[in-house]
Amino acid sequence: MGRMISLAVVLLCVWFVLSGSTDPFLLASGVVSVLLVVIIAHRMGMIDEEGFPIQLLGRVVLYLPWLVCQIALANLAVARTILAPSMKIDSGSAWVPASQKTPVGLVVFANSITLTPGTVSLSVLEDRIHVHALSRKSLEDLHQGEMDRRVSAVEGRR
Amino acid sequence: MNILIDAVSWIALVTGGLLMVTSALGMVRLPNLFTRLHAGSLADTGGVGLILLGLILQTEPGLNTLKLLLIGFVLFLTTPAASHAVGHAALLGGLSPDSGDADDSQSTNS
Amino acid sequence: MFVTVTALLVASMAITLVRVVRGPTPYDRILGVNVHGTMTVLLIAVTGYLTDRPDFLDLSIAYALLNFVGTLAALKYFRFGHLGDEP
Repeated sequence: MGRMISLAVVLLCVWFVLSGSTDPFLLASGVVSVLLVVIIAHRMGMIDEEGFPIQLLGRVVLYLPWLVCQIALANLAVARTILAPSMKIDSGSAWVPASQKTPVGLVVFANSITLTPGTVSLSVLEDRIHVHALSRKSLEDLHQGEMDRRVSAVEGRR
Repeated sequence: MNILIDAVSWIALVTGGLLMVTSALGMVRLPNLFTRLHAGSLADTGGVGLILLGLILQTEPGLNTLKLLLIGFVLFLTTPAASHAVGHAALLGGLSPDSGDADDSQSTNS
Repeated sequence: MFVTVTALLVASMAITLVRVVRGPTPYDRILGVNVHGTMTVLLIAVTGYLTDRPDFLDLSIAYALLNFVGTLAALKYFRFGHLGDEP
């Protein structure tokens, strides 16, 4: 129930941001559409911890600054590789262990890997991820497992 | 203060644009598909982030700021999924990710 | 200064098109179109500022969503030869 209410609140905020109008008719049609969407999504069984993972919000906010720093550093490294006059790259791929317990945690980890330039997740299994990297050093960094630990912390222990 | 914000946003916009050009150059220069994926994610993260930051600093705080943040949020969620989809499809399609820096411009598989 | 960014974005889009035309694999083309689309999203947003019409941001959001769906649809169609159930 709480999850349905929070979904409705988020959708109402999106409606307001996109319409930007306080006209009573528009607001009323917004409320009606949001209610319809929430009811249909509920009937489809979409509003669970996988379809609308609002329970991760607080810990994701703590995780994001670290991820942004990693992305900035990786951006510099990849830009240097591309702009270097000699095209010397030692790309490679490997399986990286993933310790997440839930599908949402796994998705967060795979998305973080792909979001960081220089590493792309190619296929995702329950306990490991096939990663292609532009430089083997970033593969080693992933094997150290700091990102894995941080994403597991986002997921929380139950 | 205004000049400071203007300067920061100008730097962010131009750096973002240059990152976009870098990413495009990477798309052309890098030798095979899996390395080109990394060039694509350079545009998806650095370029998008910096240009949106520059635009946000140019905007009066209000609805348009939230819209820019919404664009950033949508791109932030969807672009890694798209990169992953391309990479996964190429893997299933029989391309080898371990070909190192082998150049595929000679091969003619359509 | 928005002119500078617009010029940089158009230049990078033009360079990306080289990869779309040259291939060699279909995946390269789809990736090129995807990156091209991401740049288009930003170009639309910057154009809104260039012409002082912030309504362009809405188009930008719509294009960001369509770009993602389009990439997935192109990949799926290429892989399976159809978009829905087996014909």
